[in-house]
Amino acid sequence: MNFELTEEQQMIQQAARDFAQRELIKDVIERDTKAEYPTEHVKKLAELGFLGMLVSEDYDGGGMDTISYVLAMEEISKVDSSVSVIMSVNNSLVCYGIEAFGTEEQKEKYLKPLARGDKIGAFLLSEPEAGSDATMQRTTAEDKGDHYLLNGTKNWITNGGTGSIYLVMAQTHPEKKHKGINTFIVEKGTPGVTIGPHEDKMGMRSSDTHSIMFNDVKVPKENRIGEDGFGFKFAMKTLDGGRIGIAAQALGIASGAYERALQYSKERKAFGTEISNHQAIAFKLAEMYTNIEASRYFCLKAAWDKDNGLPYAKSSAMAKYFASETAMWVTTEAVQIHGGYGYVKEYHVERLMREAKLTQIYEGTTEVQKLVISRHILNE
Amino acid sequence: MSVLVYNQNWDGKFKKASYEILSYAREVADHMGTEVTALSIGNVEEDELKKLAIYGADKILSADDERLAGLENQAFSSIIAQAAEQENASVVIFANDFTGKAIAPRVSIKLKAGLVPGVVDVPSSYDPLKVKKKAFSGKAYAHVEVKTPVRIIALEGNSFGVSENRKEGVVETFHPELRDEDFRTKVTDVNKVTDKILLTDADIVVSGGRGMKGPENWQPLEELANLLGGATACSRPVSDEGWRPDEEHVGQTGKIIAPDLYIALGISGAIQHLAGVSGSKVIVAVNKDEEAPIFQAADYGVVGDLKEVMPNLISAIKEFKKE
Amino acid sequence: MNILVCISNVPDTTTKVRFKDNNTAFDDTGVQWIINPWDELALTRALELKEKSNGAIESITVANVGPKVTEQTIRKALAVGADKAIRVDAEPKDASYVATQLAEVVKNGSYDIIMNGIESSDYNGSSVGSMLAELLDYPSVSSVTSLDIENDEVKLVREIAGGKESVETELPFVAVVQKGIATDPRIPAMRGIMMARKKPMEVLQPVDAEPLTDFVEFEMPEPKGECRMVEPGNEKELIELLHNEAKVI
Repeated sequence: MNFELTEEQQMIQQAARDFAQRELIKDVIERDTKAEYPTEHVKKLAELGFLGMLVSEDYDGGGMDTISYVLAMEEISKVDSSVSVIMSVNNSLVCYGIEAFGTEEQKEKYLKPLARGDKIGAFLLSEPEAGSDATMQRTTAEDKGDHYLLNGTKNWITNGGTGSIYLVMAQTHPEKKHKGINTFIVEKGTPGVTIGPHEDKMGMRSSDTHSIMFNDVKVPKENRIGEDGFGFKFAMKTLDGGRIGIAAQALGIASGAYERALQYSKERKAFGTEISNHQAIAFKLAEMYTNIEASRYFCLKAAWDKDNGLPYAKSSAMAKYFASETAMWVTTEAVQIHGGYGYVKEYHVERLMREAKLTQIYEGTTEVQKLVISRHILNE
Repeated sequence: MSVLVYNQNWDGKFKKASYEILSYAREVADHMGTEVTALSIGNVEEDELKKLAIYGADKILSADDERLAGLENQAFSSIIAQAAEQENASVVIFANDFTGKAIAPRVSIKLKAGLVPGVVDVPSSYDPLKVKKKAFSGKAYAHVEVKTPVRIIALEGNSFGVSENRKEGVVETFHPELRDEDFRTKVTDVNKVTDKILLTDADIVVSGGRGMKGPENWQPLEELANLLGGATACSRPVSDEGWRPDEEHVGQTGKIIAPDLYIALGISGAIQHLAGVSGSKVIVAVNKDEEAPIFQAADYGVVGDLKEVMPNLISAIKEFKKE
Repeated sequence: MNILVCISNVPDTTTKVRFKDNNTAFDDTGVQWIINPWDELALTRALELKEKSNGAIESITVANVGPKVTEQTIRKALAVGADKAIRVDAEPKDASYVATQLAEVVKNGSYDIIMNGIESSDYNGSSVGSMLAELLDYPSVSSVTSLDIENDEVKLVREIAGGKESVETELPFVAVVQKGIATDPRIPAMRGIMMARKKPMEVLQPVDAEPLTDFVEFEMPEPKGECRMVEPGNEKELIELLHNEAKVI
């Protein structure tokens, strides 16, 4: 066993920390308030190679391991999860999906610009009536010989407005239920694609979330990923990896809030002494710290499983479940430790608390994670 | 044996900093039972040179040469080394300012003399010479021993003070030997602010941080500095944002200053900032956040809105000046 | 044209400074090491110069005097764009010792511009660059806030008391740089981090040299007394305190 990070992993962690602490922090509150997309920051994210850090060098990526990805996601999420979610979706859902299951032509055409960050990807699975239960896809893809015809609506799409390469799940053979689902690569701007209004969210307000409508959208045959009917499996396998990203995001939100609370408790005085000297606060900090460390181990273990070619569906589900629950609890306590200051925007913790909530919901709710975990342990 | 002091002049005049290192040299020389020789390079009138005697110079060497108008590191260090040899100096003293930093290290190599820059106190022992210096950018002090026969000290500004101790102060012309290679840099343009008090010289510094909210709000800060006869400064975020010029940045990676009074307006007091101002005798902090770490470093504090506190301060000082 | 940037390995600027062994040595337990901030600015400027030189600047080498553990810091310099690195395998005993080792590095290479940060954030020596120049009998320009190359000539601006001077000098020379020389230091990109592994890192044995100074003991500043608070609206009282009590105005 070895708990030490390699020199390279430490360098990546530091690079992400510098980027977050020097650049993202400057306007994060304002961007969140105005729900303003971090255009410049995403450009910088691309230049630094974070948007395709998991993609192999052969396809213009960074060729980094998942451990490094967890470290980078944590550092960026300590400051701004609107930015880290863009990175997460692009890396672990879209790039990974194409790299793992796409054809050479698809990789050449779509993966490379995505890995360089020239283009941003979006993952279109959720529907107005199909969230946690992804088997019930109402979007259809009718086989028309040399192309498919897409119809339907996708909801809650991260990078929905700015993304230009979509991975769309749609039902081709309704009679086969989830085994009839396929995944297609669709380019933004294809006739029949309409982007819905920007969702006004509670947290991660500057990431752009939209619904996307398909009306008789022609998709060439060669844009299907995998063999006919592979779509559901594709989505599930891709989401297993996506969970590691969101788990790391939750970890970052929690540790960002904890660091602020720790600092504050050492400065703020009440009843004649720094509040960290009061056991009520000191114990809270101990509990927060312990749970964050546990989240970190979960995240790194899932990443390690993935890097070592081991099954990681269960470990990533546990990481996401535990880290997101921890994030929600830790951020709430961080606000509490800050008292009135915690409830105003300037102190960041209320924003982190709003961001934490989403980690319990997207890319599989806490309940879905428990479902995944329980299926695994009951079948082992 | 002697103690040699390099006294820089600014357009032919000496300043408080020159007198401070002389006062310091006098104390060192008295301990060692030896004399103080002051060395001036460039064109300085005899009357001005004579002022050095007030602060303890037994002898004053003046090296004047038209090529020595601007700072030429190689030539200056060569002159100082030659003077040290002529005077059989066992200690050479510099001010730890721009010039001192540029030439003392060169003199150290020429004389094979151990150099301690950033010294803040008189030596705690003389054999071997042991001095206290700043370390870790003001977060700590180090005691450094110098093993060589000749020792070089670069004294931190405002750490010793100025004290009069009149000596005879015989002025002698000094004729160093210089090579062409000692003059390989050429000053093509000088851009000096003459009407403003220099940040590194100022006894009082008024400094603004992010809490000032924007460059447009600096007018009252400048007025405050003017009223107090002080200089203006700023924290790192302020110079990074371009609200104020880089030269005003005080802190670990900017200027390290040690005025008598440092007034921090809207500066939260990051550890790197405090490192740059910790040598200040008195720190006054104004911040709207009572938890700001600057209050841990400050001697006097006001928790309040700068928009109100600054004008109040201005009128309080005006009133005080009237009395 | 080739540039050498001398870098030292220092504790992160946010480090809480502590000492060990009866206050005779810096306690580096848990310390994060970084490129000395001024050296990092020098490196940043060197990279900028190389990028806009249209190939006129062929390479940027970084040199460090330090034990093997400093290689992590050196590799960061490679990750942001330096082409090669030289490490002299020795404890940096004092400024003159380090300068002597670096002088050997320079003599064994071919460099036109040597860049150093004005001081290191640990021992605050502000000496190595100028000592190095003296050992090599090179011109040096200190407190440099701007460095440009126009038609193979170097144009520098240095800060002086109360202003700035434009300076020209002959190659090769040593530039001792300070804040203003470059904007924010660079963050290494993933690609740079990958490439850093493959770039050459030469390790040299030190030459014999005696340090001239010895850090024998450290101490922490005395803790400040309580901050005396004055209510807003009572600024008059504050001014009186500064006059009567603190005696600074």
